[in-house]
Amino acid sequence: MSPTMEIVFEILLSALLLIGSFFVLVGAYSLVRLPDFFRRLHGPTKASTLGVGCLLAASIGFHAFVGSDPQPRELLITVFLFITAPIGAHLMAKAALSLRVDTRPDLPTAADDDAGTDVSDVPPRPDARDIAEVRDA
Amino acid sequence: MSGFDIGGMRLIEIALLVAAWSVGLSMLMAVWRLLRGPTVPDRILALDTLNTTAIAALVLLGMYLRTAVYFEAALVIAMLGFVSTVVLSKYVIRRDIVE
Repeated sequence: MSPTMEIVFEILLSALLLIGSFFVLVGAYSLVRLPDFFRRLHGPTKASTLGVGCLLAASIGFHAFVGSDPQPRELLITVFLFITAPIGAHLMAKAALSLRVDTRPDLPTAADDDAGTDVSDVPPRPDARDIAEVRDA
Repeated sequence: MSGFDIGGMRLIEIALLVAAWSVGLSMLMAVWRLLRGPTVPDRILALDTLNTTAIAALVLLGMYLRTAVYFEAALVIAMLGFVSTVVLSKYVIRRDIVE
């Protein structure tokens, strides 16, 4: 391989590595920053999977380039991840739906405790008026 | 492998280090979500993210040490990670794993 080819290949591999690590970072950052579970589900299952795919592609090229592993075996992991990531995401979404995560009230924070206000989002009992009538009678 | 130097370091070495730092930071963020919650599916999702980033970290380690022995470990982590995600979600849905 000519030196120019090697430099081009090295730049290509470095770009793949940087793009992959950027997507992994974006996926994990969305896991931290987004407000509720169904929004958080998107980041790691899509962005991180794509990022790891880029890193594995860079690994195939790197090992072929250095000569430490001539076969592209990392393709196995890539294919496996790309098949299983949507299945896992679907099951996690079903788990969250079965727990009705989206209709739960938020956990009280320290600021709410300091304010001393009633932050409960629990709706009133349907028979609350009847109970009040019986008590007042 | 000839060189492409930037400030005394090879370009690919710099890229490897940057990638390793970002993957480590991603693992820390996933651990934060794992500890914080607030719901069970959030923790399952954080564990799934940790699995994915662990594969990335192992692949980067293999590239850094110029060896291919970490491939099998990464493959096993990928398979066990998928199975554990499915089993945990299944347990949350049905409160039972083997029906």
